[in-house]
Amino acid sequence: MKFSVIVFPGSNCDHDAHHAAQDVLGQQAECIWHKDTDLKGADVVILPGGFAHGDYLRTGAMARFSPIMGAVRAFAERGGPVIGICNGFQVLLEAGLLPGAMLRNRSLKYQCEYVHVRVEQVDTPFTCAATPGQVLRIPIGHGEGNYFAPLDVLHTLEANRQVVLRYTSATGDAGDQWNPNGSANGIAGLCNESRNVVGMMPHPERACESILRGGTDGLVILESVVKWVTESRQPERLALHTS
Amino acid sequence: MRARVFVTLKPSVFDPQGKVIADALHSLGYGSVDDVRQGKYFELDLATTEAVQAKALAAEVADKLLANPVIESYRIEID
Repeated sequence: MKFSVIVFPGSNCDHDAHHAAQDVLGQQAECIWHKDTDLKGADVVILPGGFAHGDYLRTGAMARFSPIMGAVRAFAERGGPVIGICNGFQVLLEAGLLPGAMLRNRSLKYQCEYVHVRVEQVDTPFTCAATPGQVLRIPIGHGEGNYFAPLDVLHTLEANRQVVLRYTSATGDAGDQWNPNGSANGIAGLCNESRNVVGMMPHPERACESILRGGTDGLVILESVVKWVTESRQPERLALHTS
Repeated sequence: MRARVFVTLKPSVFDPQGKVIADALHSLGYGSVDDVRQGKYFELDLATTEAVQAKALAAEVADKLLANPVIESYRIEID
């Protein structure tokens, strides 16, 4: 299966994502420049971290005008699995592929640290290999990860089980003291209504190899989508390529 | 015509930068500054001489790009 990693001017986690997909997971992976309009046979699309278009105006605001985003939107609308990591999450919000917006961290600081997140939902392409309630230790690195949505939208997200990852303690307890950025409801990751588009602030691609200190908890996110594409969604996957 | 667009966080959205600036002003002795909201300011030079048209155009681009309607609102001045 093939991972397509979108490269915006200012992306800086694109090679990490490509490395994780190709060298750690052993899958085909290709970096795709934002001016392309073709996802080149992608089974999975990754919008990586960084500072797309310099984060001018607002984080992720200009990236939605990149030519490749038309193909990303069409792929997502056909049910293709799309994950936005950190800045990629911000791009998905600005593009309207996920609801809500990001505010500055309540600390006003760039938070760069390991956090714990609890897997709230396991019926998405990016969490299907996790167990419900599993706690992952994954690093964050962002200045604007303070997720905001109006109260009625938050209620809808919770009611629809669209909150996929939530900041917690190492033992999975939710609470404000475990929330690194002030994010509403401790949201670290969420999915769209059809559950194939996922955004998350922590960086799973930075926690995939034991040679790096910090563990390999991020692997389950990427292994999930390999499982999802190769096993459970074969008919839909073929449809993605023929439609 | 020139349109001036002021974009600020909605009143319901906490503005951590504004809060820090207000705290700094308090420490400078400006205790009478109750609150600060930080925002963005845009000047648009528009190829129209009609104020109504200019305002409509400025509102359109503010809705589409300059402001994120989830968290921000805007105000427009034309001159």
